[in-house]
Amino acid sequence: MATVKIPPVLRPSTGGEKEVSAGGESVGAVLTALAEQHPSTKSQLFGENGDLNRYVNVYLNDEDVRVLEGLETPVGEGDTLVILPAMAGGAS
Amino acid sequence: MSPSGAEFIRQVKSQIDEVDPADVKPLVGNGVAIVDVRETEEVAQGKIPGAIHVPRGYLESRIEGAAPDRKQRVVLYCASGNRSALAARTLRDDLGYEDVASMTGGFTLWKDRGYEVEVPRAFTPEQRQRYSRHFLLPEIGEEGQQKLLDAKVLLLGAGGLGAPTALYLAAAGVGTLGVVDDDVVDVSNLQRQVIHTTDRVGVPKVDSAEETIKALNPDVEVVKYQTRLDASNIMEILEGYDIVVDGVDNFPTRYLLNDASVRLKVPVVSASILGFDGQLSVFAPYDGPCYRCLYPVPPPAELAPSCGANGVLGVLPGTMGLLQATEVVKLIVGTGEPLIGRLLLYEALSATFTELKVRRDPECPICSRSPEEIGDEEMGVFPDYEAFCAAAG
Repeated sequence: MATVKIPPVLRPSTGGEKEVSAGGESVGAVLTALAEQHPSTKSQLFGENGDLNRYVNVYLNDEDVRVLEGLETPVGEGDTLVILPAMAGGAS
Repeated sequence: MSPSGAEFIRQVKSQIDEVDPADVKPLVGNGVAIVDVRETEEVAQGKIPGAIHVPRGYLESRIEGAAPDRKQRVVLYCASGNRSALAARTLRDDLGYEDVASMTGGFTLWKDRGYEVEVPRAFTPEQRQRYSRHFLLPEIGEEGQQKLLDAKVLLLGAGGLGAPTALYLAAAGVGTLGVVDDDVVDVSNLQRQVIHTTDRVGVPKVDSAEETIKALNPDVEVVKYQTRLDASNIMEILEGYDIVVDGVDNFPTRYLLNDASVRLKVPVVSASILGFDGQLSVFAPYDGPCYRCLYPVPPPAELAPSCGANGVLGVLPGTMGLLQATEVVKLIVGTGEPLIGRLLLYEALSATFTELKVRRDPECPICSRSPEEIGDEEMGVFPDYEAFCAAAG
């Protein structure tokens, strides 16, 4: 099982959970498992063509999966996936 | 019988390496540590350009700040070549420096030869006290403090992030602080915007910020821009600043800022906050990734809560703003490892930091091209954002 860290904006979709354990041998499989556990995350993570939405960054441990093998990147036991959408809060 | 003082110095000089000023001149600016061991008052009259000041009385305790590597070439000088000879012996015999020399004739001969001299900023006695804790850090010292006083930093927003950042940069003696904000102080700001005060509710934030900064440190010049940053004014406002501190509250301005800063090659120390979470990174154009490399497109409205008002822990912008201020000082002084190509996530509730790598995108629509190729019409452009925010209400 890998640990998926859920950003604040997605927590309403995971019942408030900050970390979700999900099984799978690749980044795509782990995220799909997450979407099966928490169906409302699916449209936020994946586009209609099944690719990761471009506005969602996913990191395997500390590396962007786009510079690895994308959704095909192998995931090992104990790895951490970080889902990271952009934030803009600040001045106000 | 013990030798006389003059005889002792002659003996020491015969045991160490001495170099003529003519041989030191080509070393200036070439990575050799040239160390001025005179007293502060002497150095104030002028020194060799780039020389690092380590008074002989502090030699043993501070030399590592000037010359961390004991194998590196170190040239010492004083006024006439006596104190530097004694210091050279100390570095070689007691501290194990392997390649130390003393400059013959000292600064007097250097000046007589007509070689270039640099007159350091004369700190007032008040400044010497005010910045004394910086002077004691070898990584900052008098040279670093000079850089801070000469630096021009632009703060986008005197709000949650800008308020603490501005306070500490002012305290640190950053000489020019530009502040862009078109808002007035509201009582709901005071839970976190520590630069403003209750009796200034209704006052423009730039005026309130200036008042606090001036009261804290009269060395700081405040340049006020009571306006909203947009495509028509951003290039003009950013021009001439060394660093921009980004704490803006919306995506369109963040993209606009990114594009302008890449064109002007100004580094941006960027933070954002939401609820109990913060993000921080330094975007140094062409040295590292830009904001668009990290976030090529903004999220849709339901994932972009910056479109509307959201809660934030009052302390959080303080934490993130001071991490920004720290990065600003590091960039100005040129010390440490700046947060370039790295994104720091802070989760206040769990008290955890996570660091992620950020890579330059070889296909980045902005920073994969040279500044001259980026046109005015491309600045801050991305699809459909206004529509998203409008939909979010």
